[in-house]
Amino acid sequence: MGLNLIVLVKQVPDTQNISGEAMKEDGTVNRAALPAIFNPEDLHALEAALQVKEQNPGSKVTVITMGPASAVQVLKESLYRGADTVALVSDRRFAAADTLATSYALKCAIEKTGAFDIVFCGRQAIDGDTAQVGPQTAEKLGINQITCVSGIEDLDGKKKTVTAKRSIEGGYEVVKCGLPVLLTMTDEGFSPRPPSAIRMLSYKNASTEVTSAGYDESYMDDTSKLKDTNYIHLWDIEALGADVQSCGLAGSPTKVKKIESVVLKSGEIRMVENTEEAVSSMVHDLIADHTLG
Amino acid sequence: MENFLLDNKDILFHLEHMDMDRIIRLKEDDFSEKDLYSHAPVDVEDAKDSYLKILELVGKICAEVLEPYAAEVDEEGVKLVNGEVQYAKGTRLALDILAKADLMGFALPRKYGGLNAPTTILCAAAEMVSRADGSFLNFGLQQDIAETLCKFGSEEQKNAVLPRLASGEVGSSMILTEPDAGSDLQAVTLKASQGPDGKWYLNGVKRFITNGCGEIGLVLARSEEGSKGARGLSFFLYERDEHMKIRRLENKLGIHGSPTCELQFNNAPATLVGERRRGLTKYTMWLMNSARLGIAAQSLGIAEAAYREALKYANERIQFDQPIKEFPPVFEMLTEMKVNMEAGRSLMYETSKFVDLKEGLEHFAEKYPERSDEAKSDLKKYTRLAALFTPIAKAFNTEMSNKVTYDAIQIHGGTGYMKEFNVERHYRDARITNIYEGTTQLQVVAAIGGITSGVAGGILDEYEAEDYSHGKDLVKMVKKARNNLDKALVYAKGEENEQFVTYHSRRIVEMTTDIIISYLLLRDAQHDERKLKVAEIFIHKMFPCIEMKMNYILQGTSSVLKNYSEVIA
Repeated sequence: MGLNLIVLVKQVPDTQNISGEAMKEDGTVNRAALPAIFNPEDLHALEAALQVKEQNPGSKVTVITMGPASAVQVLKESLYRGADTVALVSDRRFAAADTLATSYALKCAIEKTGAFDIVFCGRQAIDGDTAQVGPQTAEKLGINQITCVSGIEDLDGKKKTVTAKRSIEGGYEVVKCGLPVLLTMTDEGFSPRPPSAIRMLSYKNASTEVTSAGYDESYMDDTSKLKDTNYIHLWDIEALGADVQSCGLAGSPTKVKKIESVVLKSGEIRMVENTEEAVSSMVHDLIADHTLG
Repeated sequence: MENFLLDNKDILFHLEHMDMDRIIRLKEDDFSEKDLYSHAPVDVEDAKDSYLKILELVGKICAEVLEPYAAEVDEEGVKLVNGEVQYAKGTRLALDILAKADLMGFALPRKYGGLNAPTTILCAAAEMVSRADGSFLNFGLQQDIAETLCKFGSEEQKNAVLPRLASGEVGSSMILTEPDAGSDLQAVTLKASQGPDGKWYLNGVKRFITNGCGEIGLVLARSEEGSKGARGLSFFLYERDEHMKIRRLENKLGIHGSPTCELQFNNAPATLVGERRRGLTKYTMWLMNSARLGIAAQSLGIAEAAYREALKYANERIQFDQPIKEFPPVFEMLTEMKVNMEAGRSLMYETSKFVDLKEGLEHFAEKYPERSDEAKSDLKKYTRLAALFTPIAKAFNTEMSNKVTYDAIQIHGGTGYMKEFNVERHYRDARITNIYEGTTQLQVVAAIGGITSGVAGGILDEYEAEDYSHGKDLVKMVKKARNNLDKALVYAKGEENEQFVTYHSRRIVEMTTDIIISYLLLRDAQHDERKLKVAEIFIHKMFPCIEMKMNYILQGTSSVLKNYSEVIA
């Protein structure tokens, strides 16, 4: 019995490779200076889904991203690595979404795919670093969630249970729950595979559909016919049947009061000897300057 | 985000400007597979775009996976554990990634799981791989064995082996050399005999076998009992089983990641590839020529790695209050390194173009016998040019790589002699390139015939007829240099001492190589002003060297030929 596997991915600015000023004067991110990449932990989520698919013949992997037209690049990258079908959730009215509005749109997209067993996503994206979208999506779907997963110890397709290893401070814990479930993945396990050259050449010209057609089983088609087809589903608000007031800016209660560009400077270093007295004196100093307490 | 394709402007320059239309049409049989495979190109532009994408993927894997482990692979080396070869950890990881990326069948046809890339594109990949890790190409992305089998094997052999090679499930090796048959492969003695069942069995020892642990081996063996020389040798496909033992691994100066094995065959079953008695003269020669071009790319990649280290160091190292790059002896070394690498790259791609055209035309003539007349004259031409240029490119690039890695250490000074820096590894890795797949001395033997017979003259005439209005003064010098080569050639051919041409053949090959490269760099300069400066530096340096070599030849019977036996007695 195959499983329906969903992967949520995001195109993000590469905060590791900054080729200019990362922030604009108004404190917003200068996207022009940052190359757009596949959010690193999402690659681990995709890898986890692909491995689950390989171990459970008949499974299919659907990758969904929300973003502007340029976000098709991460969907193509997903196809190159082995995704069966991909969808771009894109609409002007999704713009400026906070985590609440984003998770609402993603929830609608996931529901559009029909019955599903596991939703994989990265623990957090390197731009916002909130780690909220995964858990919120699970809540809205009304399903189980296991966050910060670094490994899957067991997946029982018949009994529909998963046992996952999740990273916690100072160690890890093993959690078992029933499907469907949403897992947020860290970068500790599931080292991402490279793109396949053959798949890359097959899908390099894949583009979004002109109209927002419905979700179908086209992924089962013979790939030799792919070349001339628009392969990437494009879903707007209407295609998802989403409530406009819950999307984008309108659906985002988060209001940014002020953005500050903080430049961290290394301060002086104080060596503390490994003695009771010295440590005690340091703790007192920290309490005195309100770092502690 | 590092990428060994995208950060190499010179490879990108060649990919942009090389004329690949005919090569692509031949390779793709006028796009006959476009409806069969979704990854097959539909036209020339599509094919070029696909090549770039494949190379970009290779460049990414080289920078992100292969290169970061190279020093560790060199340190760890390979081990023989219970009769089985164990690669270094980084090597295993890279092999796994390349297989997952579907790159192991780089040059194989699509029906076996390959990408059907031409030799020219393989050269670019081979250079990048070797820049990342000089020891990896010989077995990591080696396509020669698969290609040889693809060209000469039976359908049964191909179907049994090629898909597994393309998926990376199995590795391969070419099993030629023996303790007493190195440069002289005609002396091979490993015995192939037919059992009562009509099957072939191999018995004997092979030595210096790169990746001898590979599951698939192509073995040169003596099939005709009592015979001597090349005509008694046949070619066999052997698949690893318990009848072959790896006796030992060599402890080498460089390319530590690559296992060099001594193999003992004990009644090992094998199947004949192609026709009997053609083992050396046809199949091994084809395999070696293919591998030689690969080594030209490998040596260029190692040089590129060393040059980048040297340039970085020369920019950062401050002595006498300035970066050492600003001192003439240092910037001259760096400039010469860069110019000679670009020279080697132009020569390599010109060679690969001839090889691709030859292979494409051969394939065309076989597939469409009724139209073989169309291909006939060009096939003859490119066969000769490929035979001339392959040893020339191998000789030039491998010697160049040795010089570049040598100078890279020199620029580092004492620091470069230390293990902590990469240049000493590049220097050690480069040292094998002008030895294996035929020493430079043997490349000279392979090339000299094409020079004395006029093949070289023919292509030089063609080069001369191109438009060099952008470098008029330079082309005058090149023409004059060619006159000097011709003078030397006429003189050498007229000398009575029969050893005279042989004695001077390396000089003559080097003179010819320099003139060929001069034209190629001038051709590159049509597209780019910087390339004109590169051509100028190369030509200004080669001109007096050619004159010097000519003068030495024109001295007549050489003092070395007359006196060597007394001097080295």
